[in-house]
Amino acid sequence: MKPFNFRIDSKAELGSYKKVRHVEARANETFRRSSKVSAYREGVGLKRMSTSGSAFVNFIDVQKSYDGETLVVKDLNLPIRRGEFLTLLGPSGSGKTTTLMMLAGFEVPTHGRIELDGREINNVAPHKRNIGMVFQNYALFPHMTVEENLAFPLAVRKLSKADIDRKIENALAMVQLSQMRKRRPAQLSGGQQQRVALARALVFDPKLVLMDEPLGALDKQLREHMQLEIKHIHQSLGVTVVYVTHDQGEALTMSDRVAVFNDGAIQQLASPADLYEHPQNSFVAQFIGENNRLSGIVTELNGSHCRVKVGDAGEIRALPVGISNVGAKTTLSLRPERVRINPGDGACANQFEARVEELIYLGDHTRARVQVLGHANFVIKVPNSEGVPDLEPGSTIRIGWRAEDCRALDAF
Amino acid sequence: MAIADRAPLLTIDGVSLRARLARAERSRKLKALGLILPLFLFVLITFLIPLGRMGYKSVVNEETFGRLDHTNQALSEWDGQSVPDEAAFAALAADLKAAQEQRQAGEIAKRINYEYAGAISKFKSITRTVSKMETGPYKEVFLEADKVWGDPRLWRTIRNASGHYTSYYWLSSIDLRHGAEGLESVPPDQAVFVDVYGRTFWIAGVVTVLTLILGFPVAYLLATQPAHRANLLMIFVMLPFWTSLLVRTTAWFVLLRSEGPLNDLAEMIVNQRFEMIFTRFGTIVAMTHIQLPFTLLPIYSVMKNIPPSHVRAARSLGAGPFHAFWKVYFPQTVPGIAAGCLLTFILCLGYYITPALVGGPRDQMVSYYVAYYMNNIINFGQAAALGAILLIITMVLYWAYNKLVGIDKMKLG
Ligand SMILES: Nc1ncnc2c1ncn2[C@@H]1O[C@H](COP(=O)(O)OP(=O)(O)OP(=O)(O)O)[C@@H](O)[C@H]1O
Ligand SMILES: [Mg+2]
Repeated sequence: MKPFNFRIDSKAELGSYKKVRHVEARANETFRRSSKVSAYREGVGLKRMSTSGSAFVNFIDVQKSYDGETLVVKDLNLPIRRGEFLTLLGPSGSGKTTTLMMLAGFEVPTHGRIELDGREINNVAPHKRNIGMVFQNYALFPHMTVEENLAFPLAVRKLSKADIDRKIENALAMVQLSQMRKRRPAQLSGGQQQRVALARALVFDPKLVLMDEPLGALDKQLREHMQLEIKHIHQSLGVTVVYVTHDQGEALTMSDRVAVFNDGAIQQLASPADLYEHPQNSFVAQFIGENNRLSGIVTELNGSHCRVKVGDAGEIRALPVGISNVGAKTTLSLRPERVRINPGDGACANQFEARVEELIYLGDHTRARVQVLGHANFVIKVPNSEGVPDLEPGSTIRIGWRAEDCRALDAF
Repeated sequence: MAIADRAPLLTIDGVSLRARLARAERSRKLKALGLILPLFLFVLITFLIPLGRMGYKSVVNEETFGRLDHTNQALSEWDGQSVPDEAAFAALAADLKAAQEQRQAGEIAKRINYEYAGAISKFKSITRTVSKMETGPYKEVFLEADKVWGDPRLWRTIRNASGHYTSYYWLSSIDLRHGAEGLESVPPDQAVFVDVYGRTFWIAGVVTVLTLILGFPVAYLLATQPAHRANLLMIFVMLPFWTSLLVRTTAWFVLLRSEGPLNDLAEMIVNQRFEMIFTRFGTIVAMTHIQLPFTLLPIYSVMKNIPPSHVRAARSLGAGPFHAFWKVYFPQTVPGIAAGCLLTFILCLGYYITPALVGGPRDQMVSYYVAYYMNNIINFGQAAALGAILLIITMVLYWAYNKLVGIDKMKLG
């Protein structure tokens, strides 16, 4: 690994940056292609991971309560591999920052152990952990210039003046701010401040870098640009990154693995593709991407298939994921792009009549809201390519989907 | 095409854009002026004009100007070293007679007495004597009445006081006077003011430092506590703010008395009573108590605006708790410290009631003497000069402070 030799070619950058916009819009193709590989490579479920012994960072049975009454983090088991980009994703108040703060040493776990590189760090002071950190408001020191900000961690480590200078130069080159050395943070734009914060967190070569919503204050365009930049820096430096966000697009774009948090507990820990394709419960299915939800009762269950009765209208064949017995309530989750119009007879196990309610043209695809099985808000994404039939609002069409694409999850 | 080549931009109805803009700007400026006018007038009437009057009073011979014109003229040729000639005596006699008729002779005597102690009685008796005389020669009569009339210093004083303006009050405020050979120090037993100024700045400085030492940790505590606890603490800090200065000073008077509760306690513990009231110690304690919120609040409000993430960032970058505090937190509080200390220092310079009540005679500050000259001696010139010098020294200090700290960096909150 050669630190700080990475420069981003801005044209190439812009190209790839455009490509990742509309992650959701293109999710269909991208994820279908990558799902098999990543399922093989990363698709290890939460339960198996928690027993892994070779983790770089490991949360073991960690709990945290601020007031002694409610648990903000409940029984957290989270192994993080060396060199990986792991994102904690979840709604506001789900305990992401708390988890990160425990790792950084600013909050003490109420129960459990946190290990870093095989060593328990529960009682190690924050400044002895050697963990880089990027804060949401950047936390640049306003009374110091950019250069002094970057020199701070190096001076603390008693490096020689020449070394300090060289490292600052490299770090600033990495974030393309070499001309800004003498400026104060107040004289920089938000995006530039963000880069300085990033450079400062990396300049002392930490093995682990934590970022708490570092892009939250930037506008959409800059945010997407910085996502790629951070991703590239991560790849070229090989540091382990733990990243917090509540923006699912950001999590999917950047991460090797994503831990979806809700209510102080990890709902699912998996690669982005896996999260999208194989959500383990209805919270994840709902939180990541768009999703049609149908609730019903399980009428038949045999290993890899089940039947679910939805209302009075009909029965759906689905893949059992979160159900254990016949008669249980379940939520069916089906991605809009997995629904086909006029499917061939043998192709889809589930076929129903639907009435088109509304059409929205979105360039590369059309969103159709249809009424099916008594649900009025059933959404279908129809690619705007040749061979796809024209739809008319009010018309009745035949739609279908495969049993494997329809996941029977826990009742929501 | 260069911009300069273009015809002036016109608005739709043909008026040049620039003229339009100027007109719009003008009405905006007038409105702004209208808004600040009441405050401007208020400041003018209550601050600038009195300040100007004060400056004027400190240099003008109010009691004597116009009443010693003959004497002034007669002394214009005098060498200042010998006894003046008959003409000067005659002129003074004429001036005194005229003044006596207008019942102003006492004023003249009082003014000369400022500079020449004891002159007042000599003036009174000689005025009585010359009022009865129709013609001279006066010189013998004067010298016969009192040897003092042969003293060139008295005549120099009369000459200096007979002009329109005088530097006497200013010089006297810094313990100087006009001697036979130019400026000289006043005799040691009369030299009080330099000492008073030194004492004023010393007490103000000590109180400022004490409030900073006591206030900084409290401000830090307030700024870092959760809101409900911080609010309670804040009430304790603000309590002195909400009681009258006089009440607090009186409370200190009661506490520090030799029969007061503090001394009762000391008696119980170490079997001894301490002298605390009418001392420098008492003055400084009471003033520190009163000034604490003034130093503390600007520091607090600056601290309140320092995000906790800064210290955390410093810690995560490898700095120990103290290093992080000293290198990252403390420098950001400097504007608050600067503002708080300046406020307290300047307010302390003007303290009057507290040293007067709990301090001893050697703890009185400039304001005390200003009040003394105004109320007891009715010597406005001296009071004005003392005040003006305090103002000037304060402004010089402020200027130096500005150079060092930078007023633009200062934050009151
Ligand atoms: N210092 C604290 N004292 C008491 N409660 C706290 C404290 N910090 C956080 N909490 C509570 O813990 C819960 C989790 O907070 P946390 O900051 O970890 O959420 P988060 O997932 O980072 O949310 P967000 O996306 O809004 O940043 C919240 O209910 C919050 O109110
Ligand atoms: Mg947070």
